[in-house]
Amino acid sequence: MTDKKPSIEVSDLTKKYNGFTAVDAISFTVKKGEIFAFLGPNGAGKTTTIKMLTTLLSPTSGSISVNGFDPTTDQNDVRKSFGIVFQDPSLDDELTAWENLDFHGVLYNVPKTIRTQRIQELLQFVELWDRKDSFVKTFSGGMKRRLEIARGLLHHPKIFFLDEPTIGLDPQTRNKLWAYIEDLNNKEGITIFFTTHYIEEAEKIADTVAVIDHGKICIQGTPEQVKRETNAHSLEEAFLTLTGHAIREEEGTILDRMRMFRRHRK
Amino acid sequence: MRRSNLYNRDCFVASLLAMTRIMNTIYILWLRQLKRFIRSKARILGSLGQPVLFLFALGFGFGPTFAKAGEGNYIQFLVPGVIAMSVLFSAVFFGIEIIWDRQFGFLKETLVAPVSRFHIMLGRTLGGATVSCVQGLIVLLISTIIGFRPVSILGVFLSLCIMFLGAIVFTALGTAIASKLEDMHAFQLIMNFLIMPLFFLSGALFPLKNLPPALDTITHLNPMTYAVDGLRATLIGTSHFGALTDFIVLLGIAIVFLSIGSYLFSKIEL
Repeated sequence: MTDKKPSIEVSDLTKKYNGFTAVDAISFTVKKGEIFAFLGPNGAGKTTTIKMLTTLLSPTSGSISVNGFDPTTDQNDVRKSFGIVFQDPSLDDELTAWENLDFHGVLYNVPKTIRTQRIQELLQFVELWDRKDSFVKTFSGGMKRRLEIARGLLHHPKIFFLDEPTIGLDPQTRNKLWAYIEDLNNKEGITIFFTTHYIEEAEKIADTVAVIDHGKICIQGTPEQVKRETNAHSLEEAFLTLTGHAIREEEGTILDRMRMFRRHRK
Repeated sequence: MRRSNLYNRDCFVASLLAMTRIMNTIYILWLRQLKRFIRSKARILGSLGQPVLFLFALGFGFGPTFAKAGEGNYIQFLVPGVIAMSVLFSAVFFGIEIIWDRQFGFLKETLVAPVSRFHIMLGRTLGGATVSCVQGLIVLLISTIIGFRPVSILGVFLSLCIMFLGAIVFTALGTAIASKLEDMHAFQLIMNFLIMPLFFLSGALFPLKNLPPALDTITHLNPMTYAVDGLRATLIGTSHFGALTDFIVLLGIAIVFLSIGSYLFSKIEL
């Protein structure tokens, strides 16, 4: 008997900061085992939404259900059920690849024997097994991403969140990453929820697409449906039709400054 | 009767598992801090630069004048202050590392894991305090090269307790501040207006006798003063307040700062 309950259900979700509405009463559903792309320009509310889904931020109002649990009341149950690859790296550069994964396993209470076996399995899956004892600071951007994917899967999550997973990577690596993700989705039925600026990637891989702008969801559906409704030939064209061609002038945030600082440090 | 025995046993096993889980979490966070310290030779050397400079410049520079004023050997007097300085600086820096770590580092991963924020903070703080103590011990060893002699081996062990408590106080302080900050440049401000005064207005560099009233009050309210004094009591046998007072005051402040620090840490939103 298959479990038809959706992986994620969001209803009238709102987040306000000091009078500014970052997320405005959005509702969407992510079916179990599907690949869901959450698209939008910078400042649209994507990252804020992901933070609310992953217990990092509390909503102003509305309801969320992740794998049947409420992120505001059942935090640990929600956390055990998802894995995440953040937009900015979250590895410890001074530890080895193995140690990074091992620490994750301890935090998620994966017993030692299972942990050891699983780490080997995953490092082989992302083709980093021969680098298991190298310090992460010696890894390229693409390798770090692969390691983060391996780490996020250690505890057998039901959902995998990816926030701009291929940003800053070359086409070969991007291709490889999406191949891993599709493989995971096909073989293990993990629900995938991702955001990206590479619209053509979303078009190729997503089962369902939602476009968010100014905190509101403009459209939801399969890539085909979205293209039909906006009379567009490609998803990118549909996206630009919905969100406009004007460049968004944004104020640099402290986070942007820190990202620049980080790039120069390298 | 049998059913309640089984229930009690299950409860016992469950609590044991929960305790093991908590201990494992705290342990790996502690271990991570140690591994990071041991693996970074540059950082170890860099952190020793300032204390060694103070020791040489002030120790030999002021030494003759201090002795002439009838206060005895300045090197003996100064070393506990410099050890405390290295503990203070390393502990606060460590707390502030949080600002970077939570956006681009392992800390972000821990915030999304199914573990309590309090345990994360505890593991991290204990690890940071341990590293600060190791650094303090290294400064102590270096100071023996220029002629410092601790009163006894027992004194050295006791001084480690004071160092550890002091490190907890200042790591928790650094954590509390960093939990509210988002900007690393704000850290410069904190350095100048909080940490430097904390160091210079303790008894680290000068004796606490016969101070003008304002300075007297400030030094008495400064947690650093008790850390320095405690180190003097255990390492050279003389102190202003007495080792027990220092210990109790530091313990009290540590508990307060740990509570504030863990509260603010638990409220971090990325």
